[in-house]
Amino acid sequence: MYSRIAGTGSYLPEKIVTNDDLAQTIDTSDEWIAARTGIRERRIAATDQRTSDLALIAIERALDAAGVAKEEIDLLIVATTTPDNVFPSTACILQDKLGLHGFPAFDIQAVCAGFVYALATADKFVKTGAARCAVVVGAETVSNLVNWQDRGTCILFGDGAGAVVLQPSEETGILESRLHADGRYRHILKSDARIRQGGLDGTPWLYMEGNAVFKFAVRALADVAEETLGAAGLGKHEIDWLVPHQANLRIIESTAKHLGLPMEQVIVTVEKHGNTSAASIPLALDEGVRSGRIQRGQKLMLEGIGGGFAWGAILLAY
Amino acid sequence: MENIEQRVKKIVAEQLGVPETDVKNESSFVNDLGADSLDTVELVMALEEEFECEIPDEEAEKITTVQQAIDYVSAHLNK
Repeated sequence: MYSRIAGTGSYLPEKIVTNDDLAQTIDTSDEWIAARTGIRERRIAATDQRTSDLALIAIERALDAAGVAKEEIDLLIVATTTPDNVFPSTACILQDKLGLHGFPAFDIQAVCAGFVYALATADKFVKTGAARCAVVVGAETVSNLVNWQDRGTCILFGDGAGAVVLQPSEETGILESRLHADGRYRHILKSDARIRQGGLDGTPWLYMEGNAVFKFAVRALADVAEETLGAAGLGKHEIDWLVPHQANLRIIESTAKHLGLPMEQVIVTVEKHGNTSAASIPLALDEGVRSGRIQRGQKLMLEGIGGGFAWGAILLAY
Repeated sequence: MENIEQRVKKIVAEQLGVPETDVKNESSFVNDLGADSLDTVELVMALEEEFECEIPDEEAEKITTVQQAIDYVSAHLNK
C-alpha cells in the first residue's frame, strides 16, 4: 500500500513586500538581496491573520483539487514553527475552523523541515491503514519572528501555507522518506525565547549564522537525497522534479548540481515567496502542479532542512 | 598529478566563474575576483572536497587570498 497525493493547494497573503520596499527602512538593496538569495519579494500576513487562517484556505484548495469532501478527513497534521498560540495546537484550531471533530489532529515542529517530517509521518498512518484521508499542511507566519531591523535575516522570510491530501493507493505514491536531526547544531539557527511567568524570557527574534547554515544545509541535503534514492533503488537521472525547501536560491542550485539536475527540473518559488519555512515545499509543489509542469506519474524529490538541525527527503511518484 | 597550486587555482576559477588566467597567487577572492560571502563558503567546501580535509570555520575566515588557500592546503594535506 502506498499513500498518494490526491490533491494540492496553497495560499499566500495579499501583502507583497519587495526588496525595494525593505531598502526604504534598512540598509540593503534589491541587487544585494537578489544576488545572495534569489529573493525579489515576499508575502506578509495581515496583523489579524493567524497561521491557521492561512492553512485553512490552503486546505480547502487542496480538498477541491483532490475532489474530496472535508468530512472524509481522518487525520490532520500541521507543520509549523509559528503556531497560533502556545496551545491548543494549530491542528486542533484548524479542525474546529473546518467544522470537524473526532479524528487525530496535531502539530509537528521541525522548522523548515516541518513539511517533510509531517508528510513522512502521515505516510506511515496511510500506509498502515490507520488513516484513509490525511491532510498535511505546512503553514507559517514567520514574519512575526523576524526582527525587521536586522538586515541579515529579515530579507529572507515570508508567510504562506501549502497543503496536500494523502489517500491510499495500491499502485503508487510516496516511495521512500528519510528524516534526520542533529541537535549539536541547534545554536546556529534559532529563536530561543520562552514564555515564563507572563513574560518573555530571552530574545524572541530569529537568529541565524548564515554561512554556517549554508554550509551545513548544502552537505546535508546532498547526502539525504542520495540516501533516499539509494533506499528506493533509483538513480539520480530518474528524478523528474526537485521540489526543495525554498530558503535561498544558492542552496537550491548547489543541491541541484549535486543531483546532476538542470535548474529546468527544479521548482523555484523563492524569488516570489522568500523562505516560508514549513510552508515552502507544499507551496512550491502546488505551484508546480497548477502550472502544469508536474504531471501524474512523474518522480519528485522533496527536500527540506531547518533549525535543529532537522532535515529530510521524500521521494514520490506524483 | 597537478600540484597543489594548480589544483587550488582551478577550483577558484571554477567556483568563482573567472578565467584561470585571472587567478593570481596574490588575488583576493572578494576584492579581486568578485566573490561574496556565500561564494567564499562554497569555495572552502570545494577545497575540502578536492583535498579531502576539513577546514574549521575560524580557519576558513582567515583564507582570503589564493596564496592563503594554497598555504593552508599545503600545511594540512596528508596529516
